[in-house]
This record gives sequence, C-alpha cells and structure tokens, in this order.
Amino acid sequence: MPVSQLLSLESWKRWLWSFVRLTLIAGLSFVILYPILQKISTAIKDKKDLYSPIVVWIPEHYTLDNFMNAIRIMDYWETLVNTFLLSTTTTILTAVSCALAGYGFARLKFKGSNLLFAGVILTILVPPTTILIPIYLNLKDFTLMGLIPLLAGKPVNLLNSYWPFILTSLTANSLKAGLYIFIFRQFFRGIPKEVEEAAYIDGAGVGTTFTRIMLPNAVPAIITTTLFSFVWQWNDSFFTTTYLTSSKVISTQLSSLPYNLAIQLEGGDASKADPFYMSMVQDTGILLAILPLIIIYLFVQRYFVESIERTGIVG
Amino acid sequence: MKSLTKLVMKQRTYAEQKALWGFAYVLPWLLGFIFFFFIPLLTSLRYSFSSITANAQGITVSFIGWANYLEALTVNTSFNRTLTESIVNMVVNVPLIVIFSLFLAVLLNQKFIGRAVARSIFFLPVILASGIIMTLESTSLVQAVNEQNAGSGFMNAFGSFELARMMLQAGVNENIVLYLTGAVDRIYQIVSQSGVQILIFLAGIQTISPQLYEASKMEGATGYEAFWKITFPMVSPLILVNMIYTIIDSFSRNALTDLIRETGFSKFNFGLSSAMAWIYFLAITVILLISTYFVSRKVFYHE
Repeated sequence: MPVSQLLSLESWKRWLWSFVRLTLIAGLSFVILYPILQKISTAIKDKKDLYSPIVVWIPEHYTLDNFMNAIRIMDYWETLVNTFLLSTTTTILTAVSCALAGYGFARLKFKGSNLLFAGVILTILVPPTTILIPIYLNLKDFTLMGLIPLLAGKPVNLLNSYWPFILTSLTANSLKAGLYIFIFRQFFRGIPKEVEEAAYIDGAGVGTTFTRIMLPNAVPAIITTTLFSFVWQWNDSFFTTTYLTSSKVISTQLSSLPYNLAIQLEGGDASKADPFYMSMVQDTGILLAILPLIIIYLFVQRYFVESIERTGIVG
Repeated sequence: MKSLTKLVMKQRTYAEQKALWGFAYVLPWLLGFIFFFFIPLLTSLRYSFSSITANAQGITVSFIGWANYLEALTVNTSFNRTLTESIVNMVVNVPLIVIFSLFLAVLLNQKFIGRAVARSIFFLPVILASGIIMTLESTSLVQAVNEQNAGSGFMNAFGSFELARMMLQAGVNENIVLYLTGAVDRIYQIVSQSGVQILIFLAGIQTISPQLYEASKMEGATGYEAFWKITFPMVSPLILVNMIYTIIDSFSRNALTDLIRETGFSKFNFGLSSAMAWIYFLAITVILLISTYFVSRKVFYHE
C-alpha cells in the first residue's frame, strides 16, 4: 500500500526529528546547568576530597564548612538584607518612573515629545562607560545646581550611599532604564484608545485614567520590567562597584571575595593560602549569591515567559 | 457660530491640558536625562579634549586639543589592540547569537514533553550570566581543573578538530571552518548571552497567526518551506531588534570597558579615559549604523 508506506515514512521523519530535538535540548540544557551543578558539588565537598582523584561529582566526605566560611567572610546575612533593600527600592522607583515616562511618550503627546523620545533611544545606545567619569565626579561633589552649597555651606559627597541609586532610579535613568521606558511605551501604545476615551467620557482625569485604567492593563509590562530591573541591579557590578566602595552588597562583596579569602582563610598570610581551596570557597560564595535569584526565578518564571509574550516589545 | 468657537476653544484647551499632563509625566525622566545623562555626556566630551589635574581646590580642566585622542591611538600600548579585539569579538558573536537564538526559539515553540522545563532552563542565563558572576566564573580554578580531569576540554578540542579536518578536506574555505568550529568551542558563551534574544524571538513567533501555517500546509508546504517563507519574514523585524540588543549588551562585559575604567579610576587619567570612551562610542555607532542599514533593507514589515 503506497499510502501506508508514505505514512510510515512521515512518522519516521517525525520520530527522527523528535529525537534530534531531544538531544539538542538536553545537551544545551546541560551546558547551561553544568556550572551550577559543578558549584553545588564543589560547595558540599570537604577539603580532603579536593585532591582525591576518584571524586568527580559526588564527594566522599560531605561538609558545610565551605558554606560557613563563605557566609562568615562575605558577611552574608547583612549583605543579603542590604542587597535586597537596594534592589527592591531601585526596582520599585524605576518601575514607577519608567511607567510614567512610557505613558507620557505613548499617549500624552506634546510638542517635542518625539525629540525627547529620541533622547531615550540615545540613553540606550550610549555605552555607560562614556558618561561614568563625569557622573562620578558630579556625585562626589553633589551641588544640585549650586543649591546645596547655599544651604549647607559645601557640596555633599553622595558616593558610598544609596543616594546615587535612588536619584537615578527616581528619574528613570538607572541601569538600562531606557529599555524599560521603551517597553512601557510599546505596551501602552498597544492598548486600544477606546478604553481610554471611555474613561475620559465618564469623567476621569488623566491621573485617574492612568492609575485605574491603564496600569491594571499593563501588568505584563510591569512584571517584565520589575524582574529585569531587580535581577540586573542584583548582579550589576559596573555601577555598584563605582558608587559603593565599602558598603556591603552582594556585587561588591563578591568582587572583593578573592582578596578577603586570601587574607582571612589562612590566618592573614596570603602567600600560604592554597589557591584551590580558595577557589572552592569562592565558588560557594557565588552559589550563595545567586541562590536567592534562583529561588525567586522558580516562582516567577511562569509569569516571565507569559508576560514577555504580551509586552509588545515584539509588536 | 458662538457655540462652535466655544467648542473649538474647549477642544484646544483639552488638548493643551493633555499635553501639559504629558509633560508632567515625562518630567522626572527629563530631569534625570539632563542631570545624569546629557550634561555628563557633554562634560565627558569636554574632558576628552582636556588635561585634568586634581588639586586641593578640586579639579582644574585645561584644553589641550586632540592630544588625548592621539595618545589613546598612538601612544597607549593596549588601547588599539583591545578596541580591535572587542569589535572583532562583537562582529563575530552577534550573527552567531542571533541565528542561534532564532533556531532555539523555533525549537522551543514546538510542542514536546517537558517544554516548560526546557524553557525555564534556557531563560536561566538571563539571570545568571550577567555582571559580576560572569566575571568571577571565568577565574574559577576548581572548575578549570575539573574540566581538565574530566577530559571534556580535550574531547571538545578533539571533536571540533575532527570536524575541522573533515570540512577542510571537503574543500570549505579555511576561514569559514575556523569560524564554525570556534562557535562550537564557545557554545557556553553563546548560550549564556542569548537568553533575552530567545525570549524576544519566542514572543515574536507566537504572534504569527496560525492561519498562515494552516493555509501553507493546505498548499503542500513542508515545515522547512514554512520556516523560510512564513516564520523568517515575520520575525525579521525582530532580527534587527535582537542584533541591536546584542551589540548593546556586549558593553557591560568586554575588555575595553575594563581598560577605560582602569585608566580613569586607577591611573586617574580622566582625560585619556574619556577620549577612549568616545572613540569606543563612535566605533559602536558606526557599526550600528552600517548593520542597521544592511539589515533593515531586508526586513519585512506588515504595513
């Protein structure tokens, strides 16, 4: 029967494709998960197992010493609270200011708003390195157009405080904020105008329309931007290590972890330190730093994919 | 007549009111834009043409013309090399990342068992492979040693070596072979940089209406044809978006950024550092303009 032959050929092709697909996806997933698995296996290993040739993945002697050391050296709990506070604050402020700006650019057109939107695109395109030094000097002697010296007598040094983050996120110019404004603008443009007009006719002002009508409709965009901004703030080393030099947040603690390790683990003598053992504790530290993110991700990844699909970045 | 003028008046005031509100909504951003972006940008441009010395009164800025640019391009030992390296890296990686993420997005869009799990694994790099973690990961000794022990490094090199030999014997151009085998060797780097791009492509593919595929299937199109005739043109605007995103994303993790920072904050040569940053910015702009020009001619828009 030629028809059944054709069918079987088709089904063969389908099976082959599923097999190839499975192999590809499993392989690539392994590539992604490999560093994490590796870290977990390193973190629970005892120092004895480090040089044991028979231990590859599963250690012979389990221990929590690495965790203890990493927690002690990084001042983990305090660091965690600090980072959480910092990331949450900037995330909320960024989301609010970017949503306002996005709505303004999308629906409340005024003279020159297109020109200003070109400015948003410019902030996305200019590498942050280019403007880092002037911002740094500016924050070191913060004057707010000469206002603060008038009141306090001398400019304030805002470095090493959370003010740079609060100020930039309050004014929608924090890390990658241009991208969030873009996402919000695209999303608000996608909501039908009729919805808004109905609200106006029913007597709502611009403010009420925005908070009562537009924002509840913009939940996917809000989820996307808050997630991105939280995660990127958590991991950011570029601005954080510049603005905060001695404050305890995850990214500064992580970047100084190798030095602290050398000093603290071997009783102050860095030259005696075993580089492999230090690397082991460092891996544990990284694992501790990303652990909260992974836990959060497990809960929200469902919304993550769904919301990106509806944010209209692609529209 | 009177009521008409009144209506017109009222409409204009309403529009004006809306414009005023719009300005108020954009105002926080505008303030930040001026103070934390535009003025610093101009200042950085001014610094790049000046010599800056710090003293007790603060800093003094004196104009020295193109000297900083000349120093960056001709005197500084590592700038030229790092700049070309970063740009070559970008030019090499961007097409790979875009093609790879499109392929994966198509794959993840199909129905199979465990799709939800696979998706969440593939978006994990969005969270993990950014900032400080990426930097520290590359210095992990234990990991490097384990890789050597497990022989995976050796196997990897061996695998692509074998592949390279086969392709060379088949008469493929040497450069292309090196490019492709290089891509295989850098698979982790590519996978970890394409999380957001996969998301964007996936979202784009899901907005294509299923009727198109149904109709093409009726006409006897194979899956391969459907991809090239439907999926590819429909997501082509996103190829542009993803390309630009990939270029911008590479700012945060390259050697040049480190060099600029080091010049500025360890050697306190702010003028030279600004000049380097501006050369970098101009180079990026040129690349963006060229690539946007070429890609946007091929892009298919619905309208």
